[in-house]
Amino acid sequence: MSGFNPQLEIKARQAHMNTQAHMTMTNSNHALENRPKLPVYLDYQATTPCDPRVVQAMLPYFTEKFGNPHSRNHSYGWDAEEAVEKARAEIAALIGADEKEIIFTSGATESNNLAIKGVAHFQKDRKNHIITVATEHKCVLDSCRHLELEGFQVTYLPVMQNGLIDLEQLKAAITDKTAIVSVMAVNNEIGVIQPIAEIGAICRARGVYFHTDAAQAVGKIPLDVNAMKIDLLSISGHKIYGPKGIGALYVRRKPRVRMEALIHGGGQERGFRSGTLPTPLCVGLGEACAIARKEMGAEAERLKVLRDRLYNGLKARLPDIYLNGDPDRRIPGNLNVSFAYVEGEGLMMGIKELAVSSGSACTSASLEPSYVLRALGVEEELAHTSLRLGLGRFSTEQDVDYAIEHIVQAVTRLREMSPLWEMAQEGIDIKSIEWAEH
Amino acid sequence: MPTAIYMDWNATAPVRPEAQHAVAAALAFGGNPSSVHAFGRHARKTMEEARGRLADLVGAAAENVIFTSGGTEANVLAIGSRGERRLIVSAIEHDSVLRPARDAGAATIHVTQDGVVDLDHLRFLLEQDARPALVSLMLANNETGVIQPVAEAAKIAHDHGALVHCDAVQAIGRMPVDLAALDVDFLTLSGHKLGAPQGIGALVLGRAVAVAPLLLGGGQERGRRAGTENLPGIAGLGAALAALEPRETVQVGRMREVLERGLQEQDPAVTIFGAAAPRLLNTLCFAAGSMTAETAIMALDLAGIAVSAGSACSSGKVRPSHVVSAMGFDAATAARAIRVSLGHENTMAEVDAFLAAWSRIHGSRIQAPRNVDERVQPAA
Repeated sequence: MSGFNPQLEIKARQAHMNTQAHMTMTNSNHALENRPKLPVYLDYQATTPCDPRVVQAMLPYFTEKFGNPHSRNHSYGWDAEEAVEKARAEIAALIGADEKEIIFTSGATESNNLAIKGVAHFQKDRKNHIITVATEHKCVLDSCRHLELEGFQVTYLPVMQNGLIDLEQLKAAITDKTAIVSVMAVNNEIGVIQPIAEIGAICRARGVYFHTDAAQAVGKIPLDVNAMKIDLLSISGHKIYGPKGIGALYVRRKPRVRMEALIHGGGQERGFRSGTLPTPLCVGLGEACAIARKEMGAEAERLKVLRDRLYNGLKARLPDIYLNGDPDRRIPGNLNVSFAYVEGEGLMMGIKELAVSSGSACTSASLEPSYVLRALGVEEELAHTSLRLGLGRFSTEQDVDYAIEHIVQAVTRLREMSPLWEMAQEGIDIKSIEWAEH
Repeated sequence: MPTAIYMDWNATAPVRPEAQHAVAAALAFGGNPSSVHAFGRHARKTMEEARGRLADLVGAAAENVIFTSGGTEANVLAIGSRGERRLIVSAIEHDSVLRPARDAGAATIHVTQDGVVDLDHLRFLLEQDARPALVSLMLANNETGVIQPVAEAAKIAHDHGALVHCDAVQAIGRMPVDLAALDVDFLTLSGHKLGAPQGIGALVLGRAVAVAPLLLGGGQERGRRAGTENLPGIAGLGAALAALEPRETVQVGRMREVLERGLQEQDPAVTIFGAAAPRLLNTLCFAAGSMTAETAIMALDLAGIAVSAGSACSSGKVRPSHVVSAMGFDAATAARAIRVSLGHENTMAEVDAFLAAWSRIHGSRIQAPRNVDERVQPAA
């Protein structure tokens, strides 16, 4: 769809939401009125706003079409079920899967937990080894650590300086005890794209299940579970302009992936995931996937132009900045940049007009330097002063220019106050200085 | 939508307008509650307000409220947190409790013919085996609406060193729920039964018991449930809780009374399940005539009325209600059990319409001479 105009969309979206809010307002609720004056949003890897078209698709399922999709005896239930199945087909189509292979979950965290623990638990009598990567999302690493406590062996593959894994190391790590290999498609902090098709081929040749956490990849880059030989694939709703609280797991049927459920109960979702399906959320995820399938190509082109404008704009005016992660093999909406000679906290305070993240949102309240950047070999100081700049569907050229202006101002001001910067300008190699104890 | 009258509120309830508004506002706003910037802080504030409201409603501490993807996950989380404890559950629990119970080889507490759990049997089960236990007992049954003596059961269980989990999914918003009075360790609730959207629920801790997380990852919900929080769902839950009106329950109770009396007048032989026990004011589970529930429900649906046979979660499979069976009724009676569950949007006119439809569907059959039925049916 080439006629998509983000500016008009945002306006339409706000107008639409206000109308909706009006329509449904029966009580005093000040959620909209209480909005703070907001900074420019550049944190699209933390979460994305719901696309207005997604919201539109969802709303009837909160109101007149509210049935339980598992109610088999009346049309409220049938309508809900039909909507859920249509959404399932949309999700499948986006990744080249069959709709029967899609399981709805509460989000990518649950999908990842289910895939890794579910497969490991099912195979525990025959296989006890798992391979993953040091830069995976916390929920993958924590699932693996939990399995280690249960007696599984886990190999955490390192990454090269560009953030990608070395395929030879993967090949060497696989043994006949390996139950599953889990490698994320796109990293949430640095946006790099792992060689998924190559990993899939290696795993298939060795008869090992391949799971990929594609929360940041789905709808951003083309994915095909058959061409890429993926057995399990995690999807998030709120990273692709769908709602929070919904995700999906692709589970291959041929050859069939066997795994244990995490949440037992009514036996919904082929017995892999019990619980009443949240119809509006399923519909929202389906619509988000349908939009992504149509617009992914054009959107990627547009974001790449914006992203390059942002990086080139910063680089033209600021020396000593470093791009973290491979410059080419990354999604168009992500930049991760370290600014030498500034203090991380100060930088964040200095750009209050921008909503950005330093490190992954899940851990952003902590002051630990990002473990992802550390795995790339980024020095601690530079890891501390990194910003993740995420662009997305509603980002505009004005947003980018505004961001360049504020970041350049803040970094310049901080460097002017920094004795390290002064020394560096005078040609002193800071690393060679032996600091005296105070 | 062809069906005009919705009487299946225990399957799912329509989302309240206040909740729709809150969901729409949260969807429009965005923001990840874990982000430190203004979007994130606003999202977190919305989330914590909802948490506070829920905590206030049941008398819990806010930090003891864990948001989940729904009642099923909360039940599985509570049961999975029992550690080495053995498991005791009632025979009429929801599948999300019965399924892990079956896997764990749990002991089952009997219920009386009125659908009330047998406390003497609970005591017996606790005394029979000295190992510490987790007892799981629902507050109100989804099929019959029968309210269980949870406070008494909790007292007995605690006296025997057991922990107690209570699935209050059907009870919240339909009767007062007070954690201090119930004195349970885990309490499950679900949003979509009380006018919040589907996809949100919570596990509330009565005291500082350890939780064994199902989902590991970003450390959300104090490390007890990872995953970006379902903010629109949480906002909707908060708004739905704020909109609850005790007055509505009384009106719903009046409609149920009229419905029940009407059925008895049409057919004095009607079986009202749990009639002698305290029940949720909105639920009526009955068997009348000879039609199976499946057939009767189809006929009602054609007449524009949505009701249910047993619980929606298992309604994909046609099988007699395990709840009615556990109450000691034979399979033929269990297969005829129909659940009507009302809500505040129903009207007395709709109750009359139900009774009229029921009379048309069943009345002719009940009054028909025996040989008429035999003539149309092939000899068995």
